[in-house]
Parts: sequence; structure tokens; C-alpha cells
Amino acid sequence: MAADLNIFVTEETVESDADGPLSGKTVAVKDNISTEGLRTTCGSAMLDDYVPPYDATVVERLKEAGATIVGKANMDEFGMGSTTETSAFGPTKNPVDPERAPGGSSGGSAAAVAAGEADLALGTDTGGSVRNPAAFCGVVGIKPTYGLVSRYGLVAYANSLEQIGPFAPTVEEAAELLDVISGPDAKDATTHDEGVNSDYMSAADGDVEGLTVGVPTELVEGADGRVVETFEDALSELEAQGAETTEVSLESVGHAVQAYYVIAMSEASSNLARFDGVRYGISASEAGGGSEGERSEFSGESRGYEGNWNESFARVREEGFGAEVKRRVLLGTYALSAGYHDKYYKKAQDARAWVKQDFDAAFEEADVLASPTMPVLPPKLGESLDDPLQLYLTDANTVPVNLANLPAISVPAGESEGLPVGLQLIGPKFGEEEIVRAASAVEQ
Amino acid sequence: MSYTSVDADEVRHVATLARVDLDDEEVEEFAAQFADILTYFDALDEVPEVDAETELVNVMRPDEVRESLTQEEALANAAETEDGFFKGPKVS
Repeated sequence: MAADLNIFVTEETVESDADGPLSGKTVAVKDNISTEGLRTTCGSAMLDDYVPPYDATVVERLKEAGATIVGKANMDEFGMGSTTETSAFGPTKNPVDPERAPGGSSGGSAAAVAAGEADLALGTDTGGSVRNPAAFCGVVGIKPTYGLVSRYGLVAYANSLEQIGPFAPTVEEAAELLDVISGPDAKDATTHDEGVNSDYMSAADGDVEGLTVGVPTELVEGADGRVVETFEDALSELEAQGAETTEVSLESVGHAVQAYYVIAMSEASSNLARFDGVRYGISASEAGGGSEGERSEFSGESRGYEGNWNESFARVREEGFGAEVKRRVLLGTYALSAGYHDKYYKKAQDARAWVKQDFDAAFEEADVLASPTMPVLPPKLGESLDDPLQLYLTDANTVPVNLANLPAISVPAGESEGLPVGLQLIGPKFGEEEIVRAASAVEQ
Repeated sequence: MSYTSVDADEVRHVATLARVDLDDEEVEEFAAQFADILTYFDALDEVPEVDAETELVNVMRPDEVRESLTQEEALANAAETEDGFFKGPKVS
């Protein structure tokens, strides 16, 4: 089954002899999270044979908790995509319907759980990359508050936005995995003391009596009618269990997608500068490209080390990066370049501050906010790749959360035409218990 | 909203800055897509000035020797090494 769906880039088992809360549990780890001695490709040809010499902090914590790692899950190249189709190792198929995309960029991780190839999984969420595939595959995914989980050992794409988050079949199990990986880490200065001795799992008690759920109108009105219908049915269920719903407005979210992509691409252009084929990445002697005359420099004993340093790097990066990565690195370079910095990057930071302010105001009126996770049903494979801008727009409901560094969960809300629809619950900063509690009521 | 035009030369220039070679087909494709995407980004012009509440401060820790990778581990993923060093292309 796994081979058919292309869930894993590397299928290898790492057992732990520790005795802990995850003993006997299997976990799939997204292929941009470093695993000592286990190939970590980030879904890129650039890192086809990269074997990290150390474990990410979250992987150390999995091992200490007794978990068995069962493989490195497929993903959009460097986390750049919303369908897991930009992977250099081919797309993952959605276990619910193999003709459809599992979502992205943590599509392999979500599919591993949905297909029963792993009990649990870790993904990363920069603009929705845990919640999106959780919604499309019909599983639970949590994007933690920024700073709750260490990013040490995560191959960075956009540092100020991304967090590692858990996938599981149920809210309770996802919360248990979050308990294992959360908490401060001396190796990541952005981590907080929150999460020490956390007990998010116990918050999955389904008690929403008296909870106020704010529904941001802007995150509902753009969505597919079939998605909205399923979402509203789930909200009615919450009301029946004692929650109160109220409309709230997030005026700024109309600019969140633009701000998100400008910031993410800018950070990516800087982060991915390290892939030049010297310390890691494919070597200049392996890279083709250039004219025939230029290529001849790379034959024989010179092994590609003749000629201009920059030209050599450019050739490695042409060969090693896929189209979406090049698109984002170039757009990020453009947005940061002299003359455009104030127009794009600075304005994007203003928009980010505006989004944070809007969320603060909304949380004065509501305990948690609810929206459809994705505005559409899972697309067919190949259907959405041609137009990058259209694909970026599908992230409209998830990216505001990353801009504001807030926690959010995607929980299955039901089905439409046999396809899963996810409900997103957003919490205030370090409000993981509130969203876990509300989400556990949705699944009842 | 202003119209943002991106021509092939501009894409080539940015590709040079980003150290990414592109073939002619990619240049044409990116020029068309970048025009669309950047025009969409132009909506950021409408964003009001917002007071960002936090003042950023540098947080430093003492600079002390800690456990780290061995030289062998650090070089393990490099395609070319020599005498314990990474081997890069010649600077010309």
C-alpha cells in the first residue's frame, strides 16, 4: 500500500528501547526533520544523498518517549507547495482517493496516518502545511504556537513562520504527541518555557459548555459551498453541545496571503543560499546545465572546480532545485532587492502586525475562532500545478495563523461527496488546551 | 493597483543575484508568472501603518565551547574534501 501511494521517501525503521508514553507507537517523520544516520532529502534532488550527522530535538524526544520511527515522509520540495506534487520523488497520493492530492506540504505525513502506515506523524507548518494535508486526508493536525516546539534540526524554509506539528487519527493522540515534543530547548533560542510538563492530552475532554466560538466571516465567504455546508453542520454540533458561536471580523486577512508569501519567499531566498554543492547538495561535477562548451570544463580531472565560483554555484542550483523552489527563491530575492524592499518586504511586515492586532481584537470576543481549514475539497493530482498564483490562494485560511504565531488545529468535520472536510480552530497564544478541547468536541 | 511588468532581462538579473541558472524556457515562463504574482502582491500598498508593539532587543548568551560535530561528521556530506577541508570551486 505504501509503495502505491508514495508515502515515504525513505522507509527504514529506527526502534527505541526507551520506555515512555509512545512505546509501541510508530511515527512517520517528515523528510525535512533531521534524523541521525537516516537520509533526509527535503523532497529535493539537491539533498538526494544527504545523511544528517545528528537528530533534530523533536526526534530525540520521540526516541526518549519510546516511539519507533518507520520512515521519512514525502513532502513538497523544501516545504514549498500545497499538494505534495513538487517533491522530486513524485507526488504522494491521497489514501481517501488515490486520484487526488493529499495536500501539502506535509502530504506524506498525513497520508501515512490516514493509510495506517504509521500511528502518528510529524509534519511542519509554515503557512498551513500540517493543517492542509490533515484536512484533505481526514486526520487531525496541530500547528503549535510559535516557540512551543523546538525547530533545532528542522531544515529551515521560513524561520519566523514555521513550527513542527503532530498528526494523529484523533485529537487526543495528536495532543499526546504534542506533549512529547513541546517545551524549551537550549539549542533553539526561540523556544519558550510553555510546554514544560504539559498535559494537552487531558484537555481532549470534549467539554465545550460555555465556550465562545468566533467565526471570522472573511474565512468562510470565499470557500466552496460544499465545504461551507459541512463546516456549518459541525458548528451546529458544537452549539448543541453547549458552545456559543458569534461572528467576528478579521479585516486584515484580505492581505495575509500576499504578506505571507513575500515574507516566506524572502526568508527562503536567504535560507536556501547554503545549498551550493560544497558542504552538501549535488556537486558541481554532477551538475549539467550551461552550454556544451561550459560543460566540457566539467569533464575529466578538473571535476568542475575550474572557472568562476558563482557560475559553478548557479549550475548546481539549476540542477538541484525544482521549479517551485526556484520561483520562490527568485521572487524572494526580488522582494529583498534594492528598490523593492520597502514596496514588498516592509509592507508585508506591516500587514503581519495588522493581522496580529486583528486576532488580538477577535480574542476579546471569543475563546477560539473556527473556519473551514481549506476553502476547497482535495484537488485531483495534476489539476492545480499549472497556475502557482491560484495554488497560493488556497492557503488563505491557514496563513494568517502563522503570521500571528498562533496555535491552530484541523479536525475532521465530516465529508462532502465522500471527501473529507477539515474544521480549523484557532487559539490565542499558547492556547493549545482550548483548541484541543474544542476540537475533541467536534469529533464526538 | 499599479501594473507590475517583469521582462525576461529582469528575471535573468534576479537569477544572477540568486545564483540560479535558468534555461530560456524557464525565463519566459517565470517572466509571465512573476508579472501575475507581483501584481497580486501590489495589494500590499493598501496596508495601513500599524504600530508594532514589541521593541526588538538582542539576546546574547556567553560565547563558550560546547560539544559539536567532529570534523569527520561535518565533512561527511560534502562531495569533495581535501586535508580536512571542504573543497570548493576556484575563485576567478
